[in-house]
Amino acid sequence: MSNQVLPGLYVHIPFCKTKCPYCDFYSITDSTGANTFLDAVITEAGLYRDIYQEFDSLYFGGGTPSFVDDKEFARLVSGLQSLFVFSPHTEITVEMNPDDVTREKLSLYKSLGINRISLGVQSFNDKELVFLQRRHTAAGAKEAIHLIQSAGFANFGIDLINSLPGQRAKNWMKTLEEASSFKPAHISCYQLTINGATPFGKMVQEGALKLPSDEKQRNFFLSTSHFLKERGFIHYEISNFAFGEASRSRHNMKYWSHVPYLGLGPGAHSFHNNVRWWNVRSIEQYLKALSIKEMPVEGRERLSSEQLELEKLFLGLRNLEGVEISDTPCESINEVALKRLIAEKLVEIHDGKIIPTTAGYLVADRLPLLISG
Amino acid sequence: MKHIRNFSIIAHIDHGKSTLADRLIQYTHLVEDRQFRDQILDNMDIERERGITIKSQTVDLPYVGKDGVEYELNLIDTPGHVDFSYEVSRALASCEGVLLLVDAAQGVEAQTLGNLYAAMEHNLVIIPVINKIDLPVANIEGVKNEIDQELGLDSDLAILCSAKEGIGIEDIFHAVIERVPAPTGDAEKPLSALIFDAHYDPFRGTIVSCRIFDGTVKPGDMIRLMYNGTTYKVEEVGVFRLPREPKKELTAGMVGYIIAGIKTVSDTRVGDTITLDNNPIAEALPGFIEVKPVVFSSIYPIASDDYPSLVEALEKYKLNDAALVYQKDSSAALGQGFRCGFLGLLHLEIVQERLEREFDQSIIMTAPSVQYRFFLNDSSVVEVDNPLYYPDPAKIRKSEEPFIKASILVPERYVGVVMKLCMERRGVNSHLSYPAPGRVEITFDLPLAEVIFDFYDKLKSVTQGYGSFDYEIIDYRESNLVKLDILVNGEKVDALSILVHHDNARERSLRVCEKLREEIPKQQFKIAIQGAIGGKIIARSTISAFRKDVTAKCYGGDISRKRKLLEKQKKGKKRMRMVGNVEIPQSAFLAALKTDDE
Repeated sequence: MSNQVLPGLYVHIPFCKTKCPYCDFYSITDSTGANTFLDAVITEAGLYRDIYQEFDSLYFGGGTPSFVDDKEFARLVSGLQSLFVFSPHTEITVEMNPDDVTREKLSLYKSLGINRISLGVQSFNDKELVFLQRRHTAAGAKEAIHLIQSAGFANFGIDLINSLPGQRAKNWMKTLEEASSFKPAHISCYQLTINGATPFGKMVQEGALKLPSDEKQRNFFLSTSHFLKERGFIHYEISNFAFGEASRSRHNMKYWSHVPYLGLGPGAHSFHNNVRWWNVRSIEQYLKALSIKEMPVEGRERLSSEQLELEKLFLGLRNLEGVEISDTPCESINEVALKRLIAEKLVEIHDGKIIPTTAGYLVADRLPLLISG
Repeated sequence: MKHIRNFSIIAHIDHGKSTLADRLIQYTHLVEDRQFRDQILDNMDIERERGITIKSQTVDLPYVGKDGVEYELNLIDTPGHVDFSYEVSRALASCEGVLLLVDAAQGVEAQTLGNLYAAMEHNLVIIPVINKIDLPVANIEGVKNEIDQELGLDSDLAILCSAKEGIGIEDIFHAVIERVPAPTGDAEKPLSALIFDAHYDPFRGTIVSCRIFDGTVKPGDMIRLMYNGTTYKVEEVGVFRLPREPKKELTAGMVGYIIAGIKTVSDTRVGDTITLDNNPIAEALPGFIEVKPVVFSSIYPIASDDYPSLVEALEKYKLNDAALVYQKDSSAALGQGFRCGFLGLLHLEIVQERLEREFDQSIIMTAPSVQYRFFLNDSSVVEVDNPLYYPDPAKIRKSEEPFIKASILVPERYVGVVMKLCMERRGVNSHLSYPAPGRVEITFDLPLAEVIFDFYDKLKSVTQGYGSFDYEIIDYRESNLVKLDILVNGEKVDALSILVHHDNARERSLRVCEKLREEIPKQQFKIAIQGAIGGKIIARSTISAFRKDVTAKCYGGDISRKRKLLEKQKKGKKRMRMVGNVEIPQSAFLAALKTDDE
C-alpha cells in the first residue's frame, strides 16, 4: 500500500494565544520568535529533500497555526512549495481557532491553495467553553463557520470534545445538533483524555476533577455515533465522522495505514521505510539544532516485522479500513477468538477484512489482544 | 588423634556465627587476606543476604598451640535455622565441643536455648562466647548474668570477643585446644563414620562429610551406607582445607570427606553410618532419623512452555539438596508442575528463591500446606498434604493436624501481644517461665498450619523484632478441617484450593476473593469470584465487565506509545491462565497465594 500512495507532510506550529488545560501537544504562548521558527521549519524541510519528493497531503497543526501572522504563514507555505512537489489535488489543511477566523485570513488561505479547514470548536455551550478555557464563545464559533462557508471552503471540519466532567448528555447532543446543522464535511468527536502532565491531569490526580464513569462515556460515544450516522455521516474512525467517503481526512488516514509521512516542527513524528522518528519537544533545542543544519531528532525506532504487524492490527481495528485477514500472520489472529468477537458483535467480516463495529470501537484498545486469542 | 579438636559454633540467627567462622579461618591463613571474601562459609548469595547459614560447611583449621604443636581444629559450621535442626544435631554428634555464641547486645534468645539443650544432649563441652563486645549498646554484664541464670553456665569462663574487630580470637583458639577434649576412638576397629552432610560437586559427584568414630578408610576401600545398604568404591578421602586436601586415609577421630562415585546427595542420608563392606560394624551409630518434609506446596512454571526447563532446574537443584522431595503434580488452572515437600517454611523460601535466581525460573507456588491425617469410615487412614487429594468429606470420621511446641522468648512487655497472637492462631496449653528478670519464655502448642501462615512475620512485627522463636513438632491432634475452594465464574480454580481449619475458612476466602478482585482485570463480561466449602458459598466478590477501553486519539507519537503498551500487554497475556472463559493473570495467583498482607 505504501508504494502506491504518496506521503503526507505535517507541520507543527507550536504557538497558542492561550493554553488549553487538557491539551498535551507541545506549544508555547510566546510567539515573538515566530519568524525565526518558520525559517527553521523551512531549513528542516530542506534536510529531507532527498527522502521525500512528492506529497499529496499537507497539514498545519499545532498549537494554533491560525494564530501565526498572515505574512509569515504565507512565507512558510511558499517555502515548502519551493522545496517539495505537491501533487495536483493535494489536501491542504489548516487547524483554526474560531477566534482567529477573519475574512482576510480565509482569503489569504484560499490564495495559498489551502482547501480544508479544521475548526477547533470543542463545544457550542458557553459554560463548557469556559471550563475548557477556550478563547471563543459559541456565537463566535458559529460566526466563524459562516465566514468559512461563505469563503467557499466546502471541505471543512468541526472538532468537538465530549465526556467532560459533569457534562450532561442533553448539552452534548445540543452541541452535536448545532455542529451537524452546518453540514460540515467532517466532524471529530474526541472524548476528553486526561494526560498527566497537563493542568487537568494534575487536577485529576489531586481529585479536583473527575471524568464521567465508563458507563457514561460509553453512552456519549454510542449516542454520538448513532446521531451522526442518522444524518449521513460515516463513522470511519473511532473519533472521526465524514460526510461521504471523499470527506475523510486523507492526511490522518496515512497515520493509520503506515503510509510514510514527514513531520516538521518540535515534537512532530515522521515515518518512512519502517523507521519512526520524532523531534525534540522544545523550541529552543529545535532552533539550536537547525541553526547548525542538524536534524532536530530526539529519537528513532526501526520497527521489526512483528512490531509492524502489531501496529497494522491495532491501527486497522480503529477504523473502517479494518485488517486484511490474508495479509495478517496467523499468530496474530486466533480463529476461535475471532469467532467469539464476531458473536459478541465487536467485529464483522467484509471482503476478507476484519472490520470493527461501533461496539468494537469502544473496546478498540483491547481488540488486538482479544483477537490473538 | 590427641591433636585433633572437633567443634562447632552454635548461635541464634544474627549473633555473628559466620563472621566468627570467617575470622577463625583468616587467623589460620588458609586463605590469603586479599582473596578473602567476607563470610567464606556462607557462599550462597541468599545466605549472605539473609545472614543465615543454610548449608553447613566444614573447615579444618591448622593452628599452632601455646605448646608449639600444630593442632587440627575441625570447625563444623551448622545451618542456623530451626528448619534444619536435624542437620544441626548430626553436626553436633560429630563434635566434642561447641562455642555457644551470644550477642552482647541481644543476649540469650530462643535458639540459644534450643542449641544449648542440643549440645547438652550430646555431652559436649560448651564454651560460652560473648560476641559483638565492640558495639556501643553491648551489655556484657547483663549477658553474663543471662549466661549464669538462663543457661546455667559459668559466665566467668565466657570469652569476650568481637568477630568483626578480631578481638578475642586467639583466646577462642586456646580455649578450643584446652577445653575441648581430643576425640577418642580406635583406628583398628571396624569402620564407623557418621555422615553429617553431603555436597554435590559437578566434577566429582557427591562429597560426603563425615566424622570417623572408629576404624580407617582409604581410597580403594568398598564402603557400605548402612541405611540402604548400597556400596561404593572410595576414590578419594581427605580433609577440608580451602580447597579440599586429599589424604592417604581418614582414621578414628578425624573429620573429613569421602568421594566414592555417589551420584547425587540424595543417595546419602545425613545421620547414616558408613562402614566397610568386608568388615562391617554390627550396629549403626545411634540417632539416625529419616528427615521428613513438613511443609508442602506445588510449583508451576508461570508460562506453561517453561515446564521442561523447570524439570531440568529441579533435577539440578535436587543434586545438592537431599531434603527437598518432589513428584509430578498437575492443575487444571496451572498445567503441569510439581508437588514439593520442604523441611519448613524457610526451606520452602530458599528453594523458591534459588530456583528463581540461580536457575532463572519464573514460578508460581501454591499455598503451603502441612500434612493432614484423615480417619475414614472404613477405618483406613489417609495422609494428605495436597488439597487435590482431600477425601470425600462424607467419608471422613475424624481429621487430625500436626502440632508444634513453640518456644518464644521475649522481653516482658511483649507477653500480652504474643499471647494474643498465639491464641488467635489456635494456640493451647500455654506456659510462661521467667528465665531472667525482665524476660519471659512463652511456650504454646500451636497447629503447624498456623505457623506456616505468616506467623513468624507477625511475631516479629508485634514484638518489634525482639521476639525470638523456636519450635519442634510434637504430635497430631484432632481438628475441624475443611477444604476451601475458590471459584471463578463457577469454575473451580484448583491451584487456589486450601485445606484449612473451619474457623479460618471464611476469613481466608474473603481475603483470597478480595485479592483476586484487585488483580483480575475487567473482561467483556461480569466475573463472580466465590469462596466455597463443598457446595456452600461462604465469600464472594464481583468484577464488573469493562464497558469502554479505547483512547480517543491516535496520531504520530501515540502509535509508538500504544504499540509499546500492547507489546507489554501481550507479554502479560502469555502469563495469563484461562479458567473457563476468564483470563487470570499470574499476578492474581501470586497475590492470592501470598500469605502476608503487609
